[in-house]
Amino acid sequence: MARRWTAGLLAVLLLSVVAGTALGAIHVPFGSVVQVVGHHLFLLPGEQTWSAPRDSIVWEVRLPRVLLAAVVGAGLAVSGMALQAMVRNLLADPYLLGVSSGASTGAAAAILFGVTLGLGEHVLSASAFVGAIAASTLVYVVARSAGRVTSTRLLLAGVAVGYALQAVTSFLIFASDSAEGARSVMFWLLGSLALAAWGQPLAVAVVVVLLAVAVLTVLGRQLDALAVGDETALALGVPPERFRTGLLVLVALCVAVVVSAAGAVGFVGLVVPHLARRAVGAAHTRAVPVAALMGAILLIWADVVARVLLAPQEIPIGIITAVVGAPFLLILVRRLQATAA
Amino acid sequence: MIVAENLHFGYDARPVLHGVGLEARPGRVLGLLGPNGSGKTTALRMLYGSLRPARGRVTVGGRPLATLRPREVAQQIAVVVQESDADTMLTVREMVTLGRLPRLGTFQRTGPADRHAVDAALARVGATHLAARAYAELSGGERQRVLVARALAQEADFLLLDEPTNHLDIRYQHEVLGLVRDVATSAVVVLHDLNLAARYCDDLVLLDRGRVAAAGPPGLVLDPDLLERVYGIGVTRTEAAGHPQLLFHPLAANPERISA
Repeated sequence: MARRWTAGLLAVLLLSVVAGTALGAIHVPFGSVVQVVGHHLFLLPGEQTWSAPRDSIVWEVRLPRVLLAAVVGAGLAVSGMALQAMVRNLLADPYLLGVSSGASTGAAAAILFGVTLGLGEHVLSASAFVGAIAASTLVYVVARSAGRVTSTRLLLAGVAVGYALQAVTSFLIFASDSAEGARSVMFWLLGSLALAAWGQPLAVAVVVVLLAVAVLTVLGRQLDALAVGDETALALGVPPERFRTGLLVLVALCVAVVVSAAGAVGFVGLVVPHLARRAVGAAHTRAVPVAALMGAILLIWADVVARVLLAPQEIPIGIITAVVGAPFLLILVRRLQATAA
Repeated sequence: MIVAENLHFGYDARPVLHGVGLEARPGRVLGLLGPNGSGKTTALRMLYGSLRPARGRVTVGGRPLATLRPREVAQQIAVVVQESDADTMLTVREMVTLGRLPRLGTFQRTGPADRHAVDAALARVGATHLAARAYAELSGGERQRVLVARALAQEADFLLLDEPTNHLDIRYQHEVLGLVRDVATSAVVVLHDLNLAARYCDDLVLLDRGRVAAAGPPGLVLDPDLLERVYGIGVTRTEAAGHPQLLFHPLAANPERISA
């Protein structure tokens, strides 16, 4: 059954990539998308029957954006799933580690004060990434006591550091008195894939997210044991502290890469793990790949809606994911209570 | 054989164990007894490396526990832990399959041998019919049986149990311990109930404020005078079905004691 879900979702993902590239303010026929992509990807010979602008829309603008959406969705989904297992709390999300608030502070500093240290166009992402890594390191240091990182301490440290950094971000906005800057920080906080382009950042995101999905799938059984409890994990030969620390590094890296590329897109990392578990059960070897595929598909379509709904204006993608995610979460919570009672 | 020698331990400044030693011998069920706070669970946790002794050492099959990796320990020792009721979404079968974890390589998938071990363990504890159920939906007794099944699926030499009869009604208490007797070649079990210990254990270690007050066969350890001193309650000993059984009464209300 899990295999059927994975195969089915893979097919849907492929279709979604094509559809996500075709749909937008300017519609491109599906066949045309396939032709253009085939031409660039496999250097298919033959007459170029499409216009240069169409080629540019498909290949330069939309395809990298759709790929980034897929990568961001998958990364957030599996990170959320890993964190929910690590802290044994179904309401944990990828931003628990302070990564998003750290990234936001970094991005706000970059936008408002133009910390252009010769990093060029990647300054925003770079600054967000540095902020994210710094924040999660801080969370880890605060959560760690006498060499131990327990799930409760991690949860509390994440919340505390998150609030503190939010205050810093708010202060930066307040202190800058640039309305335009405040608006772009706002836009960034809500998430956007508008910066997507072929190049190093996209490649890094793809590699890191694929790595995270692979590692979390392979370590699925260990994750299962940790999700039951620390003593259980140890009794089954999985040292809980060391394993959790390793997972933290992996997840922080994955979320930092994703957030610095696309901003703090909410709800995907919270809701998708629940959907995946509902589909194929809680065992992580099966649930992680399914969550990755679901997250990728969800974010591709959320981005399509973000681009199309008020075209040519773009809506921040975080608004779309929240509108879709919040009711989903409510339904899940109700179901959860029903089964627990 | 698991041997603990001269274990010392304290939480923060409060000492819990002062030089506890014990031996879990193959083919025997060892009961760890003692009042609340006497260090039973602390001592048990040291036997599988969940706690490290401040002084003293534990050896498993002659090798110091401290030199074994957690995975190697789990291959020899299976533990039924008292985890607060986890709201896991795993099914019973998945829960029992976790017992195969120490036997599987990182990239190895569960194979026919693992499925067979899981089936056998479920059958052994009479939980085959529960396999597809959600673990979280089971009753306390059913959960305990499933956890024993997981430990069995581990195919370890030793079985360690921390108060496995907690929260179980009287029938399930006997059922679970009967199961342990039946299935385990060698076991160490922390128990509160002295009569259950008398019935199901081959050897007993009685702890009192972090020291071994007595060790040996139940007939020897369950001495009324000794128990009275350790637990601070009147004890009368009788016998049932060939095992010593104990009756308890508040000290002042013990007429024999008062007259003596």
